[in-house]
Amino acid sequence: MITGSIAAIGAGLAAIGAGLGIGRIGGSAMDGIARQPEAASKIQTAMLIAAAFVEAVALFAVVVALMGNG
Amino acid sequence: MDCSHVFEFKVKRLIVVFTLFLAFFSVTPAAFAQVDTAQVTEDSHAQPEAKEKFDIGKFALHHIADSHSWHVIGHTYIDLPVILYTKAGFVNFSSADFNHDDDGKVIVERKGQRFVKMHEKIYYASDAANEHGQFLSLDEKHHASNERPLDLSITKNVCTLFLSIIILLVVFINVANGYKKRVGKSPKGLQSWMEPIILFVRDDIAKPNLGHKYERFMPYLLTVFFFIWFNNMLGLIPFLPGGANLTGNIAVTMILAIATFCLTVFNGNKYYWKHIFMPDVPWWMYIVMVPVELFGIFTKPIALMIRLFANITAGHILVLSLICLVFVFNSLYIAPVSIAFAVFIGAIELLVAFIQAFIFTILSALFIGMAIEEHH
Repeated sequence: MITGSIAAIGAGLAAIGAGLGIGRIGGSAMDGIARQPEAASKIQTAMLIAAAFVEAVALFAVVVALMGNG
Repeated sequence: MDCSHVFEFKVKRLIVVFTLFLAFFSVTPAAFAQVDTAQVTEDSHAQPEAKEKFDIGKFALHHIADSHSWHVIGHTYIDLPVILYTKAGFVNFSSADFNHDDDGKVIVERKGQRFVKMHEKIYYASDAANEHGQFLSLDEKHHASNERPLDLSITKNVCTLFLSIIILLVVFINVANGYKKRVGKSPKGLQSWMEPIILFVRDDIAKPNLGHKYERFMPYLLTVFFFIWFNNMLGLIPFLPGGANLTGNIAVTMILAIATFCLTVFNGNKYYWKHIFMPDVPWWMYIVMVPVELFGIFTKPIALMIRLFANITAGHILVLSLICLVFVFNSLYIAPVSIAFAVFIGAIELLVAFIQAFIFTILSALFIGMAIEEHH
């Protein structure tokens, strides 16, 4: 018998979404840097900001899952 | 000329250093883990039926929470003062009076009032003990329902806050004096360590987002950047000077986010407010647009708050859970694996400590920049 909270499943789903999002951002940034290596620093900054926005959504889910657990 | 032997020598030295480094990290904590496991098994022999399954969640949450005493090593604690604002005015005593009890069993009596501590929260004690010997009335979820005094104690987090203030002051007064002493000369010592980072904040964070008015906001951006970064790093140190989870405390990140919120609102020019209350859309869209834009003013700092809090907390929980694997499997052989993973995650956390400080600062700059942007 497995016991636990369904909140964990929600956190997992959120992790899948954030993984897809950050993966796309990272991949596109790699493409951009490969095409234009001289713009690498600018692309990295923009990539980090975009990744932070995506990550925030996943972290909201983690917080909600934690609260659902407690 | 063939210089490959030099290269080879360097590579070999690197390998040796790296192996020693890894060996140090895998041996020392594994040795500690051995002692701990031994204790755990001893305990389980002593009271086989009382031994419950090891609860990772409880353990991790206990370690990232604030505390009234600062754990040094083994059974050594630094007892921090407890300051309460009660019905009879201010009351203060040392947290040692609770005898490190955290289950509400030890009563401290001051000014005719009785206090107990449970899960690092201080309550007014009940008149009689319940069936577990706790002077608290618990509801069905084991949360105490007693009244609480206003707790203004110098806790572990507050101590770390003071410590980081001291570190920041020492570093920055030193650097500022360096600039006064060596006007127009090359930087020296601590100054040459800080200068690239300060320039990074100016050139990569402030200038692109704030435009020509960046200088007004540099003090805030630098303060917030170094405060978050230093505290993230302090939180990564597992023993005494660190160990507190300051930037993983939602109250601390809330104050930082409120500072950004105030700067945005009070520096917003007429274009910013026009964009919110009278956006360039057909008038019947205002019913939707204005509430959404108004909501947006508040969601931005709230996202800042949650992002920093959740990132740091998640990192700490991850490291703690990996260490806990040893106790969950109750086996020494799992220790090298869990330590290797913990070191790996720890290295990533070093990066995250910097990135989160960077993200918080650059988003603050972005929001302020949106508020002060001239019409184009």
